[in-house]
Amino acid sequence: MEKELRLMKGNEAVAEAAIRAGADGYFGYPITPQSEIIEYLMEANPYETTGMVVLQAESEVAAINMVYGGAGCGKKVMTTSSSPGISLKQEGITYIAGAELPCLIVNVVRGGPGLGTIQPAQSDYFQAVKGGGHGDYHLIVLAPASVQEMADFVDLGFELAFRYRNPVMMLSDGAIGQMMEKVWLSPPKERSRTVPDWATTGKPPTRERNIITSLELDPNRQEIFNEKLVVKYNEIKEKEVRFEEFQCADAEYLFVAYGTSARVCQKAVELARNQGIKAGLLRPITLFPYPSKQLNKLADQVRLMLSVEMSAGQMVEDVMLSVNGKVPVYHYGRMGGMIPTPDEVVENLKERIKGGR
Amino acid sequence: MKDMTGIKEIISPENLAYKKSEILTDEIMHYCPGCGHSTAHRILAEIIEEEGIQQDTIGVSPVGCSVFLYNYLNIDWQEAAHGRAPAVATAIKRLLPEKFVFTYQGDGDLAAIGTAETIHACNRGENFLIIFVNNGIYGMTGGQMAPTTLPGMKSSTSPFGRDVRTMGNPLKMTDIVATLPGTYYVTRQSVHNPSNVKKTKRAMRKAFQYQKLNKGTCFIEIVSNCPSGWKMTPVQSNKWMEENMFPFYPLGDLKVPEEQPVQQPKSE
Repeated sequence: MEKELRLMKGNEAVAEAAIRAGADGYFGYPITPQSEIIEYLMEANPYETTGMVVLQAESEVAAINMVYGGAGCGKKVMTTSSSPGISLKQEGITYIAGAELPCLIVNVVRGGPGLGTIQPAQSDYFQAVKGGGHGDYHLIVLAPASVQEMADFVDLGFELAFRYRNPVMMLSDGAIGQMMEKVWLSPPKERSRTVPDWATTGKPPTRERNIITSLELDPNRQEIFNEKLVVKYNEIKEKEVRFEEFQCADAEYLFVAYGTSARVCQKAVELARNQGIKAGLLRPITLFPYPSKQLNKLADQVRLMLSVEMSAGQMVEDVMLSVNGKVPVYHYGRMGGMIPTPDEVVENLKERIKGGR
Repeated sequence: MKDMTGIKEIISPENLAYKKSEILTDEIMHYCPGCGHSTAHRILAEIIEEEGIQQDTIGVSPVGCSVFLYNYLNIDWQEAAHGRAPAVATAIKRLLPEKFVFTYQGDGDLAAIGTAETIHACNRGENFLIIFVNNGIYGMTGGQMAPTTLPGMKSSTSPFGRDVRTMGNPLKMTDIVATLPGTYYVTRQSVHNPSNVKKTKRAMRKAFQYQKLNKGTCFIEIVSNCPSGWKMTPVQSNKWMEENMFPFYPLGDLKVPEEQPVQQPKSE
């Protein structure tokens, strides 16, 4: 079967891609700006076609624990929400990470803190990349910059989640979730019939019982488990870094941006080059693992880096850690649901070049 | 020393009155002497064994004294976050509808932090069994006040007795869920003496059999003791339970379906 071309919102693309990826279950709770996902799934009613369960939970807390239960059965399950809802899910997310369960969590980010705004933001970077819940754990974090990627990262997210038995977060934002673009949808996959050997599906006489838990009272054994997680995260850092470079080959000044900000910066690169400024863009696609090695390499080539984010400056810390003082690293951000324009990004770059902060 | 000759005749199968269920593991239980949890576990193990559903049963254990329940029963388990067992069980049952699914929760887990998950799972009529062990106290964390602690009852966080004017009234969750259309069978039992053990076992067998009918949530409260938390001997705690807990949480069925299980209960 061939790919199918559709005009869709990013949120709708996630929903349709989930059905096509052969997802077994979706558990969610409405919140702006991502409610189209559960609305689309309820209308599509995939239970009648693929057997995919779609359930509106009583809260984000219940939804993420349903994801835990479904993932513990070895099923492809997911939830979606936006910033305040993702905060509520943090308990469940750390338990899922601690029990080493695969799942997909989509955050269509809006501005905060608190109830904040329903407009797009990138202010949940720390929460997604640095923890969010308690304990030493990492999510694999994918940052889509288009409706196409919101669709594609559903399948990729599930693949990575099962490969590493680790929760995957798609860190989108209200702009990409709400805007419509053309998207090529992959042909539908059958739901998997294979049962992972760790899944709880009822204990047959042929194996020991399976227990899904994150509890270990013996500090020696807990430390061994923590070390095992570190080994896994290191493997992920080694193998799963994804990024895109735009006009980096001869760049003297580098924008670093993901998601909506990366789209803005792509235009800013063009505008800057029209003015004779050799700008380039590195767009991290994975935020964990972070493309630190590539940034460190580019630090030998460029004069400065400018991290452009819809936040007060969160990812900029990872850019600084990556270049480790080799070049000056600056941040330019808009907050509260505001999206920077390419012009103001170029103006900010020019100020940095002149040496003003 | 007693004469050991003839012991083989004495322990012959026809003389066997009681044996450990095959579903119980050899793990030593961590419960305090006289605690009702181990009896409730044993009943659960016997039902799973007698119904022949070890291969088809998935349990969800809580946070609380029974947090290590998964060590004691030889079936597949998921350990839920505090209070979230009904949400975890919802997904398991929805995704594996042919399996038997149950949660086992204490009063803090089910009636305080997990109130929303409990009520909404019951309200949706999720087709699994909730076993609710109510001893009116937080046992594991050292005897703090629970949502089910009786008025005037002392605990480490109500050292002068529960003052309902400032600490609220005990919550009768079983009465609440019995009013919901989603529940199919709701009953309150105890395991502190042989006749009540038999009644609880009968209730549990019915609940597992009802699960095959796909008619809604079954809910069994077991009013139990906590000798350590109540600072009593096991015998004193059972007497205190009969005199104080049972009048507030009366034993018996709260909701009985008209339809009988597919299989008649075996004689106990």
